[in-house]
Amino acid sequence: MAFFEMVKMALRTVTNRPATIRYPSEPAKKTIISRGHVTIDASKCISCGTCVRKCPSQALVVNKEAKTWQIDRLRCVVCNSCVDTCPVKCLFMDTQYSAPVTARGVETITITYVKPQKPEKKDEAAV
Amino acid sequence: MTKQIIIPFGPQHPVLPEPIHLDLVLEDERVVDVIPSIGYIHRGFEKLVEKREFTDYVYIAERTCGICSFIHGMTYCQGVEKIMNIEVPERADFLRTIWSEYSRLHSHLLWLGLFADSFGFENLFMNAWRIRERVLDVMEQTTGGRVIQGSCKVGGVRRDISGEKLDEMNKALDIMEKEIEELTTVFLKDDTIRHRTKDVGVLSKEDAYHLGAVGPTARASGVDIDLRKTGYAAYGKLNLEAVIESGGDCYSRCAVRSSELFTSMDIIRQAIRKIPEGPIDVKVTGTPNGEYFTRAEQPRGELVHYIKGNGTKFLVRSRIRTPTLTNIPPLIKMLQGCELADVPVIVLSIDPCISCTER
Repeated sequence: MAFFEMVKMALRTVTNRPATIRYPSEPAKKTIISRGHVTIDASKCISCGTCVRKCPSQALVVNKEAKTWQIDRLRCVVCNSCVDTCPVKCLFMDTQYSAPVTARGVETITITYVKPQKPEKKDEAAV
Repeated sequence: MTKQIIIPFGPQHPVLPEPIHLDLVLEDERVVDVIPSIGYIHRGFEKLVEKREFTDYVYIAERTCGICSFIHGMTYCQGVEKIMNIEVPERADFLRTIWSEYSRLHSHLLWLGLFADSFGFENLFMNAWRIRERVLDVMEQTTGGRVIQGSCKVGGVRRDISGEKLDEMNKALDIMEKEIEELTTVFLKDDTIRHRTKDVGVLSKEDAYHLGAVGPTARASGVDIDLRKTGYAAYGKLNLEAVIESGGDCYSRCAVRSSELFTSMDIIRQAIRKIPEGPIDVKVTGTPNGEYFTRAEQPRGELVHYIKGNGTKFLVRSRIRTPTLTNIPPLIKMLQGCELADVPVIVLSIDPCISCTER
C-alpha cells in the first residue's frame, strides 16, 4: 500500500515547461526523413510512369502526351514507394503534410522536361 | 427473482472510442450476462488482397491496425518470404525486432494511459502518453512515420538505422526507463488504483486456456504463451522471459503489461548490442505459389496471418486473425458477475482493438 506515489511526477510537471507545443503557431517536430507529402521537380520528369506502377494506392497518373503528372492527395498514403523507385530522382518527400482541403480533387503538374537532342550520327559517319 | 434489464454498452461509449456493442443483462447493479456484437467497421482488407500485388499488400496489411501496424506488416512479409523461400538478411531481422519492440512499448504505454482513463485518472493518462511520445519520436526518426512506419517489405526492410542512431536510442532508453519506472509504480502501488483493479474481472487459468485467451490476458491468468519464444525474426538469438502473473484480475493484466515494458526495453538493448553489419534486403524475384500460416506476438497477443498464392502476382486469399477477436469470449466470462461500474475497466483490461478485429 502506498500513498502520494505521483507527487514527484506531479511536482515536476508543475515546474517544467509544458510537454505539448502550441501548434500551428509553433512548427511541429519533424525529422529529415519524416513523410509529409510527395513533390515533383517537373523539369526532370521523363514521364516513364514507374511511379504510377509502383503506387500501392493508385494515386498517381502520368499522361505522356499531355505532359502532365497528377496526384490525388487524398488517395496517396505517403509510403515513399514512388520516391524510392523514380529512375531520374525527380520525386521528393516533403516533411510537411499537405494542406487541408475542402473538396476532393487531383493536383495536376505540367511536366516541363525537354528531351535533349541526340547528336546527329550522319555527320559523324561523314567525318 | 429480480427483474432483468438490458443496458447497451457502445458502439459509442466514452471509455472506448472504438465501436464494439455489448448488451449487458443486469440484475440490479450486477451483470449476469453479456451479448457482444461487432461488425461496425469492417473494411474488407482481406478482399483487397486479390486486387493489389503481393508486394504492395504490405502497406495494406500494415494499415489493419493503427497501433501495432509494424507487426502486421512484418507478419505478412514473413508469410510471403516463407512461401517463396526467401532468406532475409540477419540485419533486417534485428531491425524488425527492434521496431516490433518499439511498437510494443508504444502500444503498452498507450494502453496504460487508456486504462487510467477508464477509471477516471486523467492525470495519469496524460503522463503515460507523454512518455509514449518519446517512443513515437524514435519511430519517426528511424522510419519516417510516427504510427504507420512503412519500413518493412518482402525480402527485408526499407530503411537502415545507422550505428550512431542506435547508440543514441540506447541512451534514450535509459531516460525512458526511469520515467516508465515511476509511472508503473503508480499503477502497481497506488491505493486508489488497486481498489479499482484488484479482484475485478477475474479469469481463471482454466477459463483463459479453454476460451482461447491470448497475449497479456492469458499471461495474467498464468497461461505461459508468448509467441516471441518461437524465435521468429531475431527473437531466437535474444534472451527473453515471458512475464506471467497468476491473479487473473485487472490488476494482474496491468502488472503483466507494466513488466513487459521493461522486457521490451531489455530486448531492444540486446538487439542493439548484437546487431550484425550487412545488407538489409534481398532482391525478390518470382511470385508466391503456396500457402502459409504465419504467427507473431502482437502487443495484444497472438496474431495469425494466413496467405495463399497461386503463382501470379496477386494473392488468392489472406486471412488475418487478430488477438482481440479471441479475447472477446474471455471478456464475456470476466464480465459475468461484475458490477456495472466495473464494466469499462474490465473491457479496457483486455486492450481491445476493434478496427484490428474487423479488418
